[in-house]
Amino acid sequence: MSTQLRHDILQLLHENSKLQPDTIADMLNVSKETVEKAIAQLEREHVILRYSTIINWDKVDHQRVTAMIDVKVTPQREVGYDALAERIYRFPEVKSLTLMSGAYDFSLVVEGYSVKDIGLFVSEKLSTIEHVQSTTTHFILKQYKEDGVIFEDREEDQRLVITP
Amino acid sequence: MNGRSNLYDRLSPVVRSLPPSGIRKFFDLANQMEDVISLGVGEPDFVTPWHVREACFYSLEKGFTTYTSNYGLPQLREEIANYLAETCQITYDPKDEILVTVGASEAIDLALRTILCPGDEVLFPEPAYVSYQPCATLAGGISVGIQTYAEDDFKLTPAALERAITPRSKVLLLCFPNNPTGATMSREDLQGIADVAIRHDLFVISDEIYSELTYDGSHVSIASLPGMLERTVVVNGMSKAFAMTGWRIGYAAAPREILSMMVKIHQYTILCAPIMGQMAALEALRNGKQHKDEMVKRYDQRRRLIVNGFREIGLSCHEPKGAFYAFPSIQNTGLSSEQFAELLLMEAKVAVVPGNVFGKGGDGFVRCSYATSLDQITQALERMQRFLEKVKQGDFVEQLASV
Repeated sequence: MSTQLRHDILQLLHENSKLQPDTIADMLNVSKETVEKAIAQLEREHVILRYSTIINWDKVDHQRVTAMIDVKVTPQREVGYDALAERIYRFPEVKSLTLMSGAYDFSLVVEGYSVKDIGLFVSEKLSTIEHVQSTTTHFILKQYKEDGVIFEDREEDQRLVITP
Repeated sequence: MNGRSNLYDRLSPVVRSLPPSGIRKFFDLANQMEDVISLGVGEPDFVTPWHVREACFYSLEKGFTTYTSNYGLPQLREEIANYLAETCQITYDPKDEILVTVGASEAIDLALRTILCPGDEVLFPEPAYVSYQPCATLAGGISVGIQTYAEDDFKLTPAALERAITPRSKVLLLCFPNNPTGATMSREDLQGIADVAIRHDLFVISDEIYSELTYDGSHVSIASLPGMLERTVVVNGMSKAFAMTGWRIGYAAAPREILSMMVKIHQYTILCAPIMGQMAALEALRNGKQHKDEMVKRYDQRRRLIVNGFREIGLSCHEPKGAFYAFPSIQNTGLSSEQFAELLLMEAKVAVVPGNVFGKGGDGFVRCSYATSLDQITQALERMQRFLEKVKQGDFVEQLASV
C-alpha cells in the first residue's frame, strides 16, 4: 500500500470521519477492500487513534469550563519528564498534555464543569505532585477555531444555484 | 417623439436577434425554491484563499486605488508570463504580449472583435460554453458549431474540423478542458487540430480557463505547438484555478500584432481591469500554488465520486478529465434534457443544467458541477436515484405534459 494512499485516506477521514469505505474508494479510485484493509492497518498501528467529532459546546446546553495550564516541573533522573507526564495525563480532567520548550515545561488542556472544579484540580491534585514547581492557569473565554475548523464561520455559500 | 412602445424596434437588430440564455428558466425556478441541492454552479465552492483576500486588504490600505496601465500592472503581466512559460512552455513578452482583462470573457470578446470581419465564420466544438455563439454574433461573425460525441470523449477531431471549414472560416475557438463536458485534448489530439488550422490559415482562440483543473496528464496549450504561437490567442484567468470568480481578472496572451489591436478596444471600453483584483491576482500567482493544488486534488476526488455515482444509478457518463463538470447522458430516461432538468428540480430539488443550452450536441445530456461539498454530491446522487426509479415507473406522465 503506497504512502500516498495512506496519506489520502487519513486526510479524508480527518476531515470527515463518517466517510464510508466505498465512498473513499470511489474518490481515490481504488477498491473498497483496499480502503478497508488500509484503515484496519492504520488502526492497528495506532496511527488512527479514535474517530472524533469537533463540537462547539457553547451552542448546546452544556456548560463546561476549559483552561490551559502551564506547568513548570523538575525533571527526574533516568526518566526525564515522562514519569511526571504520565502521572498528570492519567487524570480524566486532563484532555491534552504537551511537553514544551521555553518558559515552562508542560502545557495542559483541562476541562471541568465549573471554575471551582478546575481550581480544585489545580490546587489539590496538580500542584501537590512532587517535582511540580509552579502552575499558571488560563481560562478559555471563547473558542474561535479548533483543529482548523472556524466555529462561527460566516463564509456561507454565496453562489447562485445555477450559473452558466 | 417616439413613445416607449416602439423602443424595442429601434434597438440593435443584432442584439435583438440574440436568444436569451437557455438557463434563465431554471435560474428563476431554482431561486424560488428552498432546500435545492445545486449541481448547476459553474464556479468553485472554495472561497478565495485568505492570503489572497488579505493581500487585497493590504493593497487598499496602502492606497492602491488607481487606474493601471491599459495592459495591466507590469508586475502582474510579468508573473503571468512566468506562469505561462512554466506551465505551458510558451514565451510571451510581458511588455506588450499580455493583456489583463476583466475576466476571460472580456479577452474572448476582444479577440473575436479584433480578428473578425463581418460574415467571417467562427468554428467551435459543441457542446460549448453558452457565450461563444453570442460573442461571435456581436463581433459580426457567423458561428459554426462542430458536433463532438461522447464516444470520442467529446474531443474535436481533425476530420470533423476539416469538414466544417469553408472559405469564410477564419477563427477556431477552442475550450479545453471543456465546459460543459470536461473533455481534454492531449498533445497528439491538438497536433492534428493544429495541422488543419495551419493548412487553412485559421486564427485560434484558445480558452484555457480550466487548464489548472486537468486530472489525467498535464494540460497542453495549442499555442505551444510548432507554427501555432503566431496565430493563437491564449485566454486564461484567475477564476477557476484560484477560486476568484468575482474578482474578474482574466488575461490574453498573443503576438503583439494581435494584442496591440485588442488593447485598442480594451482601452476605449474598459480602460483597465480593477487594480484591487490585479493586486489579488498577483498574490495568487506568486503564493497560491499550495492552495490551488489542494483544490485540484479535492475536485479530482469528487469527480470520481460523482462519475461512479452516476454510473451506479444507471446514467452512462464518459470520464471527464478536466474542469469540474460531469456530463452524464439522460437518453435512457426518454426525456429531453430540459424535461429532465425541470422535473428533477421540481420533484427531487436537484438543480442541473440541461445540455441543450450548450448547443444541439448537448441534447440528451445534463451538466452537473461537482464544485460542491461531498455531502451535497452524495445527497444529490441519492435524490437522483429515487427520481430515476420514479421515471422508470412512469410516475411523471402528468407532469411531463406541462413541461
